[in-house]
Amino acid sequence: MVEFTLPKNSKVGKGKSYKAPEGAKRVRKFQVYRWNPDDGQNPRMDTYDVDLDKCGPMVLDALIKIKNEMDSTLTFRRSCREGICGSCAMNINGKNGLACTTGMDEVKGDVKITPLPHMEVVKDLVPDLTNFYAQYASIEPWLKTESPAPDRERLQTEDDRRKMDGLYECILCACCSTSCPSYWWNQDRYLGPAILLQAYRWIADSRDEHTGERLDNLEDPFRLYRCHTIMNCAHACPKGLNPAKAIAEIKKLMVERRA
Amino acid sequence: MATSILHRASGVALGAGALWLAWWLIAAATGYEAFECVQGFSTSPIGMILLFGVTLALMFHLLNGIRHLVWDLGHGFEVKTATTSGWTVIILALVLTVVAWGFGLSMMGAY
Repeated sequence: MVEFTLPKNSKVGKGKSYKAPEGAKRVRKFQVYRWNPDDGQNPRMDTYDVDLDKCGPMVLDALIKIKNEMDSTLTFRRSCREGICGSCAMNINGKNGLACTTGMDEVKGDVKITPLPHMEVVKDLVPDLTNFYAQYASIEPWLKTESPAPDRERLQTEDDRRKMDGLYECILCACCSTSCPSYWWNQDRYLGPAILLQAYRWIADSRDEHTGERLDNLEDPFRLYRCHTIMNCAHACPKGLNPAKAIAEIKKLMVERRA
Repeated sequence: MATSILHRASGVALGAGALWLAWWLIAAATGYEAFECVQGFSTSPIGMILLFGVTLALMFHLLNGIRHLVWDLGHGFEVKTATTSGWTVIILALVLTVVAWGFGLSMMGAY
Protein backbone atom coordinates (compact mmCIF):
# COMPACT_ATOMS: atom_id res chain seq x y z
CA MET A 1 0.00 0.00 0.00
CA VAL A 2 0.98 3.62 -0.43
CA GLU A 3 3.22 4.96 2.30
CA PHE A 4 4.55 8.47 1.94
CA THR A 5 6.65 8.59 5.07
CA LEU A 6 9.18 6.15 6.43
CA PRO A 7 8.36 4.22 9.59
CA LYS A 8 10.15 5.51 12.70
CA ASN A 9 12.84 2.85 12.70
CA SER A 10 13.63 3.54 9.03
CA LYS A 11 14.28 7.29 9.28
CA VAL A 12 17.71 7.97 7.87
CA GLY A 13 20.13 9.75 10.18
CA LYS A 14 23.49 11.41 9.71
CA GLY A 15 26.34 8.95 9.63
CA LYS A 16 30.09 8.81 9.92
CA SER A 17 32.50 10.69 7.73
CA TYR A 18 35.64 9.22 6.20
CA LYS A 19 38.28 11.66 4.93
CA ALA A 20 40.51 11.16 1.91
CA PRO A 21 44.22 10.59 2.64
CA GLU A 22 46.48 13.65 2.99
CA GLY A 23 47.57 15.14 -0.31
CA ALA A 24 44.64 13.87 -2.35
CA LYS A 25 43.93 16.46 -5.04
CA ARG A 26 40.78 15.36 -6.84
CA VAL A 27 38.31 14.36 -4.16
CA ARG A 28 34.70 13.32 -4.71
CA LYS A 29 32.18 12.95 -1.89
CA PHE A 30 30.17 9.72 -1.78
CA GLN A 31 27.10 9.57 0.44
CA VAL A 32 26.16 5.96 1.00
CA TYR A 33 23.13 4.47 2.72
CA ARG A 34 24.11 2.21 5.60
CA TRP A 35 21.92 -0.11 7.60
CA ASN A 36 22.92 -3.06 9.69
CA PRO A 37 20.15 -5.47 10.76
CA ASP A 38 22.17 -6.59 13.78
CA ASP A 39 22.95 -3.38 15.66
CA GLY A 40 19.38 -2.15 16.23
CA GLN A 41 20.25 1.33 14.90
CA ASN A 42 18.36 3.41 12.35
CA PRO A 43 19.80 3.67 8.84
CA ARG A 44 22.33 6.45 8.24
CA MET A 45 24.15 8.14 5.38
CA ASP A 46 27.93 7.74 5.65
CA THR A 47 30.19 10.11 3.74
CA TYR A 48 33.35 8.92 2.03
CA ASP A 49 35.85 11.30 0.40
CA VAL A 50 37.29 9.31 -2.47
CA ASP A 51 40.61 10.20 -4.08
CA LEU A 52 39.73 10.11 -7.79
CA ASP A 53 43.39 10.02 -8.86
CA LYS A 54 43.62 6.54 -7.38
CA CYS A 55 40.25 5.24 -8.48
CA GLY A 56 38.60 3.87 -11.64
CA PRO A 57 36.00 5.96 -13.48
CA MET A 58 32.82 4.08 -12.57
CA VAL A 59 30.66 4.35 -9.47
CA LEU A 60 31.36 0.68 -8.74
CA ASP A 61 35.11 1.38 -8.81
CA ALA A 62 34.59 3.91 -6.04
CA LEU A 63 32.46 1.51 -3.97
CA ILE A 64 35.10 -1.22 -4.28
CA LYS A 65 37.81 1.27 -3.33
CA ILE A 66 35.79 2.34 -0.29
CA LYS A 67 35.33 -1.27 0.79
CA ASN A 68 38.98 -2.15 0.19
CA GLU A 69 40.65 0.89 1.66
CA MET A 70 38.30 2.94 3.81
CA ASP A 71 35.52 0.87 5.37
CA SER A 72 35.37 -2.90 4.94
CA THR A 73 31.93 -3.11 6.58
CA LEU A 74 30.23 -1.57 3.53
CA THR A 75 28.01 -4.23 1.94
CA PHE A 76 26.88 -4.33 -1.67
CA ARG A 77 26.39 -6.86 -4.47
CA ARG A 78 28.67 -6.88 -7.48
CA SER A 79 30.08 -9.44 -9.82
CA CYS A 80 30.80 -8.98 -13.51
CA ARG A 81 31.64 -5.22 -13.46
CA GLU A 82 30.50 -4.95 -17.10
CA GLY A 83 26.72 -4.65 -17.01
CA ILE A 84 25.75 -8.23 -17.76
CA CYS A 85 25.08 -9.78 -14.34
CA GLY A 86 22.78 -7.10 -12.90
CA SER A 87 24.12 -7.52 -9.35
CA CYS A 88 25.17 -3.94 -8.65
CA ALA A 89 21.76 -2.36 -9.36
CA MET A 90 21.24 0.55 -6.97
CA ASN A 91 19.90 4.08 -6.84
CA ILE A 92 22.57 6.59 -7.82
CA ASN A 93 21.67 10.25 -7.39
CA GLY A 94 17.99 9.48 -7.63
CA LYS A 95 18.17 7.23 -10.66
CA ASN A 96 18.20 3.45 -10.69
CA GLY A 97 21.14 1.99 -12.55
CA LEU A 98 24.09 -0.36 -12.49
CA ALA A 99 27.02 1.01 -10.50
CA CYS A 100 29.40 -0.68 -12.93
CA THR A 101 28.09 1.02 -16.06
CA THR A 102 27.36 4.40 -14.47
CA GLY A 103 30.33 6.73 -14.82
CA MET A 104 31.06 9.15 -11.98
CA ASP A 105 31.08 11.90 -14.61
CA GLU A 106 27.43 11.09 -15.41
CA VAL A 107 26.23 12.45 -12.08
CA LYS A 108 26.61 15.96 -10.71
CA GLY A 109 27.83 16.99 -7.27
CA ASP A 110 28.11 14.48 -4.45
CA VAL A 111 27.36 10.91 -5.45
CA LYS A 112 24.43 9.77 -3.36
CA ILE A 113 23.86 6.02 -3.31
CA THR A 114 20.89 4.21 -1.80
CA PRO A 115 19.49 0.70 -2.29
CA LEU A 116 16.86 0.07 -4.97
CA PRO A 117 13.77 2.02 -3.86
CA HIS A 118 10.87 0.56 -1.93
CA MET A 119 12.41 -2.84 -1.31
CA GLU A 120 13.16 -4.52 1.99
CA VAL A 121 16.82 -4.03 2.81
CA VAL A 122 18.98 -6.97 3.81
CA LYS A 123 21.98 -4.81 4.65
CA ASP A 124 23.40 -1.50 3.37
CA LEU A 125 22.92 -1.52 -0.42
CA VAL A 126 21.59 -5.07 -0.65
CA PRO A 127 17.82 -5.28 -1.31
CA ASP A 128 15.78 -8.40 -0.67
CA LEU A 129 14.83 -9.75 -4.11
CA THR A 130 13.07 -12.92 -2.88
CA ASN A 131 9.63 -11.76 -4.05
CA PHE A 132 11.06 -10.52 -7.35
CA TYR A 133 12.57 -13.94 -8.11
CA ALA A 134 9.40 -15.74 -6.99
CA GLN A 135 7.44 -13.59 -9.44
CA TYR A 136 9.93 -14.49 -12.14
CA ALA A 137 9.40 -18.19 -11.41
CA SER A 138 5.62 -17.67 -11.60
CA ILE A 139 5.76 -16.82 -15.32
CA GLU A 140 7.54 -20.15 -16.00
CA PRO A 141 10.48 -18.66 -17.89
CA TRP A 142 11.38 -21.65 -20.02
CA LEU A 143 10.37 -23.06 -23.39
CA LYS A 144 7.13 -25.03 -23.09
CA THR A 145 6.15 -27.34 -25.94
CA GLU A 146 3.58 -30.00 -26.79
CA SER A 147 4.90 -31.25 -30.12
CA PRO A 148 7.44 -34.09 -29.97
CA ALA A 149 11.05 -32.98 -29.74
CA PRO A 150 12.76 -32.90 -33.13
CA ASP A 151 16.11 -34.61 -33.72
CA ARG A 152 17.85 -31.25 -33.62
CA GLU A 153 17.21 -27.74 -32.26
CA ARG A 154 13.79 -26.17 -32.72
CA LEU A 155 14.43 -23.70 -35.51
CA GLN A 156 13.18 -20.15 -35.96
CA THR A 157 13.02 -17.92 -39.01
CA GLU A 158 15.19 -14.83 -38.85
CA ASP A 159 12.05 -12.71 -38.62
CA ASP A 160 10.78 -14.71 -35.65
CA ARG A 161 14.15 -14.46 -33.97
CA ARG A 162 14.12 -10.71 -34.46
CA LYS A 163 10.88 -10.47 -32.44
CA MET A 164 12.93 -11.27 -29.35
CA ASP A 165 15.38 -8.43 -29.83
CA GLY A 166 14.92 -5.96 -27.01
CA LEU A 167 13.61 -8.76 -24.79
CA TYR A 168 16.31 -11.39 -24.46
CA GLU A 169 18.88 -8.79 -23.34
CA CYS A 170 17.14 -8.27 -19.98
CA ILE A 171 19.49 -9.15 -17.12
CA LEU A 172 16.86 -9.04 -14.35
CA CYS A 173 18.66 -6.33 -12.40
CA ALA A 174 15.30 -4.98 -11.12
CA CYS A 175 16.16 -1.34 -11.93
CA CYS A 176 12.89 -0.96 -13.86
CA SER A 177 10.56 -2.70 -11.42
CA THR A 178 11.89 -0.73 -8.46
CA SER A 179 11.47 2.55 -10.36
CA CYS A 180 7.79 1.85 -10.98
CA PRO A 181 5.25 3.49 -8.59
CA SER A 182 2.73 0.75 -9.35
CA TYR A 183 5.30 -1.81 -8.29
CA TRP A 184 6.15 0.21 -5.17
CA TRP A 185 2.52 0.20 -4.02
CA ASN A 186 1.43 -3.25 -5.23
CA GLN A 187 4.46 -5.51 -5.49
CA ASP A 188 2.61 -8.22 -3.63
CA ARG A 189 0.20 -8.62 -6.55
CA TYR A 190 1.57 -6.72 -9.57
CA LEU A 191 4.35 -8.51 -11.46
CA GLY A 192 6.19 -5.33 -12.43
CA PRO A 193 7.94 -4.33 -15.66
CA ALA A 194 10.93 -6.69 -15.51
CA ILE A 195 8.87 -9.83 -15.02
CA LEU A 196 6.26 -8.76 -17.59
CA LEU A 197 8.98 -8.08 -20.16
CA GLN A 198 10.32 -11.56 -19.44
CA ALA A 199 6.80 -12.98 -19.74
CA TYR A 200 6.47 -11.34 -23.15
CA ARG A 201 9.84 -12.77 -24.15
CA TRP A 202 8.28 -16.26 -23.95
CA ILE A 203 4.96 -15.18 -25.42
CA ALA A 204 6.79 -13.71 -28.42
CA ASP A 205 8.94 -16.81 -28.89
CA SER A 206 7.75 -18.63 -32.04
CA ARG A 207 8.97 -21.96 -30.61
CA ASP A 208 6.85 -21.74 -27.46
CA GLU A 209 3.54 -23.60 -27.69
CA HIS A 210 1.87 -22.40 -24.48
CA THR A 211 1.06 -18.82 -25.47
CA GLY A 212 -2.61 -19.09 -24.54
CA GLU A 213 -1.85 -20.51 -21.12
CA ARG A 214 0.76 -17.79 -20.52
CA LEU A 215 -1.80 -15.11 -21.41
CA ASP A 216 -4.39 -16.76 -19.12
CA ASN A 217 -1.91 -16.52 -16.28
CA LEU A 218 -1.51 -12.77 -16.85
CA GLU A 219 -5.23 -12.00 -17.37
CA ASP A 220 -5.64 -10.43 -13.96
CA PRO A 221 -6.47 -6.93 -12.71
CA PHE A 222 -3.24 -6.81 -10.74
CA ARG A 223 -0.64 -9.09 -12.30
CA LEU A 224 -0.70 -7.27 -15.65
CA TYR A 225 -3.10 -4.37 -15.52
CA ARG A 226 -1.48 -2.36 -12.73
CA CYS A 227 0.74 -1.03 -15.52
CA HIS A 228 -0.50 2.51 -16.18
CA THR A 229 2.18 3.42 -18.74
CA ILE A 230 4.08 5.63 -16.32
CA MET A 231 7.22 4.97 -18.39
CA ASN A 232 9.70 5.03 -15.49
CA CYS A 233 10.78 1.51 -16.47
CA ALA A 234 11.98 2.52 -19.92
CA HIS A 235 13.76 5.55 -18.43
CA ALA A 236 15.51 3.42 -15.83
CA CYS A 237 16.62 0.37 -17.86
CA PRO A 238 20.45 0.34 -17.96
CA LYS A 239 20.30 -1.92 -21.04
CA GLY A 240 18.11 0.52 -22.97
CA LEU A 241 15.17 -1.89 -23.14
CA ASN A 242 11.54 -0.89 -23.09
CA PRO A 243 9.37 -2.90 -20.66
CA ALA A 244 6.45 -0.49 -21.18
CA LYS A 245 6.35 -1.41 -24.85
CA ALA A 246 6.49 -5.16 -24.06
CA ILE A 247 3.62 -4.77 -21.59
CA ALA A 248 1.60 -2.87 -24.21
CA GLU A 249 2.16 -5.77 -26.62
CA ILE A 250 0.79 -8.20 -24.02
CA LYS A 251 -2.25 -5.97 -23.48
CA LYS A 252 -2.80 -5.87 -27.26
CA LEU A 253 -2.67 -9.68 -27.46
CA MET A 254 -5.26 -9.86 -24.66
CA VAL A 255 -7.64 -7.72 -26.72
CA GLU A 256 -6.90 -9.47 -29.99
CA ARG A 257 -7.64 -12.94 -28.67
CA ARG A 258 -10.99 -11.78 -27.33
CA ALA A 259 -12.05 -10.52 -30.75
CA MET B 1 6.05 10.05 -14.27
CA ALA B 2 4.96 13.68 -13.96
CA THR B 3 2.29 13.37 -16.65
CA SER B 4 1.02 10.17 -15.07
CA ILE B 5 0.37 11.73 -11.67
CA LEU B 6 -0.96 14.92 -13.32
CA HIS B 7 -3.40 12.76 -15.26
CA ARG B 8 -4.80 11.44 -12.00
CA ALA B 9 -4.80 14.84 -10.32
CA SER B 10 -6.58 16.44 -13.27
CA GLY B 11 -9.09 13.57 -13.21
CA VAL B 12 -9.91 14.37 -9.59
CA ALA B 13 -10.18 18.06 -10.44
CA LEU B 14 -12.58 17.22 -13.26
CA GLY B 15 -14.72 15.28 -10.79
CA ALA B 16 -15.06 18.44 -8.71
CA GLY B 17 -15.63 20.44 -11.91
CA ALA B 18 -18.46 18.11 -12.93
CA LEU B 19 -20.17 18.71 -9.57
CA TRP B 20 -19.80 22.43 -10.12
CA LEU B 21 -21.37 22.13 -13.58
CA ALA B 22 -24.25 20.09 -12.10
CA TRP B 23 -24.72 22.73 -9.39
CA TRP B 24 -24.87 25.43 -12.05
CA LEU B 25 -27.40 23.54 -14.19
CA ILE B 26 -29.62 22.63 -11.24
CA ALA B 27 -29.52 26.22 -10.04
CA ALA B 28 -30.46 27.41 -13.52
CA ALA B 29 -33.49 25.11 -13.41
CA THR B 30 -34.40 26.14 -9.88
CA GLY B 31 -34.77 29.85 -10.31
CA TYR B 32 -33.27 33.29 -10.51
CA GLU B 33 -31.90 33.57 -6.96
CA ALA B 34 -30.22 30.18 -6.91
CA PHE B 35 -28.69 30.87 -10.30
CA GLU B 36 -27.43 34.28 -9.20
CA CYS B 37 -25.78 32.60 -6.21
CA VAL B 38 -23.82 30.16 -8.40
CA GLN B 39 -23.11 32.84 -10.96
CA GLY B 40 -21.83 35.17 -8.22
CA PHE B 41 -19.43 32.52 -6.95
CA SER B 42 -18.31 31.46 -10.42
CA THR B 43 -17.48 35.00 -11.52
CA SER B 44 -15.77 36.01 -8.28
CA PRO B 45 -11.95 36.13 -8.43
CA ILE B 46 -11.64 32.83 -6.54
CA GLY B 47 -14.31 31.25 -8.74
CA MET B 48 -12.55 32.44 -11.87
CA ILE B 49 -9.20 31.04 -10.71
CA LEU B 50 -10.83 27.70 -9.90
CA LEU B 51 -12.64 27.67 -13.24
CA PHE B 52 -9.37 28.36 -15.01
CA GLY B 53 -7.93 25.36 -13.15
CA VAL B 54 -10.85 23.18 -14.23
CA THR B 55 -10.35 24.26 -17.84
CA LEU B 56 -6.66 23.45 -17.63
CA ALA B 57 -7.43 20.08 -16.06
CA LEU B 58 -9.94 19.37 -18.83
CA MET B 59 -7.48 20.23 -21.60
CA PHE B 60 -4.64 18.28 -20.02
CA HIS B 61 -6.76 15.23 -19.25
CA LEU B 62 -8.21 15.25 -22.76
CA LEU B 63 -4.86 15.56 -24.52
CA ASN B 64 -3.07 13.11 -22.24
CA GLY B 65 -5.99 10.72 -22.69
CA ILE B 66 -5.36 10.80 -26.43
CA ARG B 67 -1.68 10.09 -25.66
CA HIS B 68 -2.76 7.05 -23.68
CA LEU B 69 -4.98 5.87 -26.56
CA VAL B 70 -1.99 6.02 -28.89
CA TRP B 71 0.05 4.02 -26.37
CA ASP B 72 -2.77 1.46 -26.17
CA LEU B 73 -2.40 1.00 -29.93
CA GLY B 74 1.25 0.17 -29.31
CA HIS B 75 2.86 3.36 -30.59
CA GLY B 76 5.08 6.07 -29.12
CA PHE B 77 6.93 4.03 -26.50
CA GLU B 78 10.48 5.12 -27.32
CA VAL B 79 11.80 7.12 -24.38
CA LYS B 80 12.49 10.15 -26.56
CA THR B 81 9.07 10.05 -28.19
CA ALA B 82 7.33 9.67 -24.85
CA THR B 83 9.21 12.64 -23.39
CA THR B 84 8.38 14.78 -26.42
CA SER B 85 4.71 13.78 -26.40
CA GLY B 86 4.57 14.54 -22.66
CA TRP B 87 5.87 18.08 -23.11
CA THR B 88 3.64 18.55 -26.15
CA VAL B 89 0.58 17.66 -24.09
CA ILE B 90 1.55 20.03 -21.25
CA ILE B 91 2.28 22.98 -23.54
CA LEU B 92 -0.74 22.37 -25.77
CA ALA B 93 -2.99 22.15 -22.69
CA LEU B 94 -1.75 25.55 -21.52
CA VAL B 95 -2.18 27.08 -24.97
CA LEU B 96 -5.69 25.68 -25.46
CA THR B 97 -6.72 26.87 -22.00
CA VAL B 98 -5.51 30.39 -22.67
CA VAL B 99 -7.19 30.39 -26.08
CA ALA B 100 -10.47 29.15 -24.58
CA TRP B 101 -10.36 31.80 -21.88
CA GLY B 102 -9.40 34.53 -24.32
CA PHE B 103 -12.37 33.53 -26.45
CA GLY B 104 -14.70 33.30 -23.45
CA LEU B 105 -13.66 36.63 -21.96
CA SER B 106 -13.98 38.39 -25.31
CA MET B 107 -17.53 36.97 -25.61
CA MET B 108 -18.35 38.31 -22.13
CA GLY B 109 -17.14 41.71 -23.18
CA ALA B 110 -19.30 41.54 -26.29
CA TYR B 111 -22.62 41.91 -24.54
